[in-house]
Amino acid sequence: MRLFRGRGLQIYTWLVIAWLIVPIAVMVLFGFNDTKGRYNSTFQGFTLKWYGKLFEIGDLTQALVNSLLIAVLTMLIAGVLGSLIGLALGRYRFRGSGAMNVVMFAAISCAEIVMGASLLSLFVTLAVPLGFWTIVISHVMFSISFVAITVRARVMTLDASLEEAARDLGAGTWTTFRLVTLPMIFPGVLAGSMLAFALSIDDFVITNFNSGGTVTFPLWIWGSTRVGIPPQVNVMGTLIFAAGLLIALGNALVARRRR
Amino acid sequence: MTEIQAGTGAAGVAAPDQVPAIELDGVVKEYVSHGEVVQAVKGVSLAIGEGEFFSLLGPSGCGKTTSMRMIAGFEEPTRGVVRLHGQDVTNVPPNKRDVNMVFQSYALFPHMNVWDNVAFGLKRKKVSDDEVRSRVGEMLEIVDLVGREKRRPREMSGGQQQRVALARALVNRPRALLLDEPLGALDLKLRQHMQIELKRIQREVGITFVYVTHDQSEALTMSDRIAVMNDGLVEQLAGPREIYERPATKFVAGFIGTSNLLSGVVRAMNGASAVLALGPEDRVVVPIKGSATEGDTVELTVRPEKITISTEQPEGDLSMVEGTVSEVVYLGTYNSYAVALAGGAEITVFQQNAHDSTTTAERGDTVWLSWQPQHSYALQ
Repeated sequence: MRLFRGRGLQIYTWLVIAWLIVPIAVMVLFGFNDTKGRYNSTFQGFTLKWYGKLFEIGDLTQALVNSLLIAVLTMLIAGVLGSLIGLALGRYRFRGSGAMNVVMFAAISCAEIVMGASLLSLFVTLAVPLGFWTIVISHVMFSISFVAITVRARVMTLDASLEEAARDLGAGTWTTFRLVTLPMIFPGVLAGSMLAFALSIDDFVITNFNSGGTVTFPLWIWGSTRVGIPPQVNVMGTLIFAAGLLIALGNALVARRRR
Repeated sequence: MTEIQAGTGAAGVAAPDQVPAIELDGVVKEYVSHGEVVQAVKGVSLAIGEGEFFSLLGPSGCGKTTSMRMIAGFEEPTRGVVRLHGQDVTNVPPNKRDVNMVFQSYALFPHMNVWDNVAFGLKRKKVSDDEVRSRVGEMLEIVDLVGREKRRPREMSGGQQQRVALARALVNRPRALLLDEPLGALDLKLRQHMQIELKRIQREVGITFVYVTHDQSEALTMSDRIAVMNDGLVEQLAGPREIYERPATKFVAGFIGTSNLLSGVVRAMNGASAVLALGPEDRVVVPIKGSATEGDTVELTVRPEKITISTEQPEGDLSMVEGTVSEVVYLGTYNSYAVALAGGAEITVFQQNAHDSTTTAERGDTVWLSWQPQHSYALQ
């Protein structure tokens, strides 16, 4: 404990922050690189032109659109289904609820490469054509447990008499859910859904197995590494990161105001 | 001790020509727990009159909360009927019952402010906006929370939250208000204050209150009538004075206040009283409700404050026993003596410190305890 007192702790904290932030800073910086050649690896001067030419590479733009579409669909489907699972697991003991809990954790701890390969053999066996929808199905499949577990944790802290109070005051089942249960578990639903979005948008391993001819943002980047990653990728990365940062900051602000 | 007694007790006190506000008729509630059937309520029948302050009193696990939850509609009885104003509501869900409940945890909606919490029930009933405004405002005035409409529940003290919960239920003008240990989470001072507040509010709104508590002093202070419950059954149903002065069963005598239990063999019957044999010099006479014959063992109870302690054998038609003082405790307003009888029983006596604070007897002294025979009761 003494080791962490005073200056030692301060230095350690800044080291950790640097460790986490430097790769991101490099990504952001090279989005402003006035590179002349194909390789964007040495800094050659500051420019904003890549922001202007952001959508000039058609394949890359299409890949980003695919990724965003898949992530939003995953967020919505896994968000709704996962929340319902979490609600059921947190609130009721039912036949199979124990098994359900185990399966949820198994899905989280399963290696991506295994899950990707087995999903591929499943799709091939069932003769499902690979593409956009197999990616969505796989993403929902691996992110749903994260949503369910986040919501379940929230539900378990809920006072069950809140719902009874709503019923007592004349609210039916649906009204009780809409006015009391959902607002109470909403932070969990939101956190779980955003986690699903984040997991989906940068997934490479599972997507690579099940994408067929559809190219997502991470797949496109992987494909372009041999020929040189264009600065537009850095710009898109920067914008995605900035959006995430804004959401996180907004959330922190709202949380502070509530307190 | 069972349905019959509770039923007659209720009919005896509530006006017979009036339809009771709440009726439980032979209500049984069974649960299946770990594959075994457990009876939480084993057959309760009672009738609660309009405008009455009625308490369900008993230790935890006696079935009082389950009984209340069956009135509210959160539990369905396994057998028996629940009636509200004569109407069978046994299978009516809680949102369609004209009763409201104040929860032990208050169960205030944390994401709504005080106003929205209180207005919740009225909005569900599609009451017009104007009426919601006037009724919520009026109710917040009654519970003394004007000016705090915009507060969130967690920004308020326990006592204030308690009053919000009360307002939220009462604003719906229910036919009856159910309160599940509503003062349990408050400290003693606040609890005593809220007891008086609750009584005042009940007088003001004139609504039937059903109050679940394990706190006997709370029940005695506030109730018009009390049903003392134990192990899923009503042990006694009567007014506070009757419950305290004439406990019907050994359980009630032990649960309410401090009681002394004595047992003796009937030596002779003297009209409606039995003369019991205890020590050789002792003379104990106790009124008997049922029948007893010579040789029966009878248990009786007598409250500590009814007993007089003296060093001389008292005169007159008193019940009296001889014993040795084993403990004297000074308690400010009174002294408490523990007196051991020859037979092994120990009796507690309270003596008011009305005149001076010297004690009549010290530890080890031989004393006489005496009381009026009509202050002792034979237990069933």
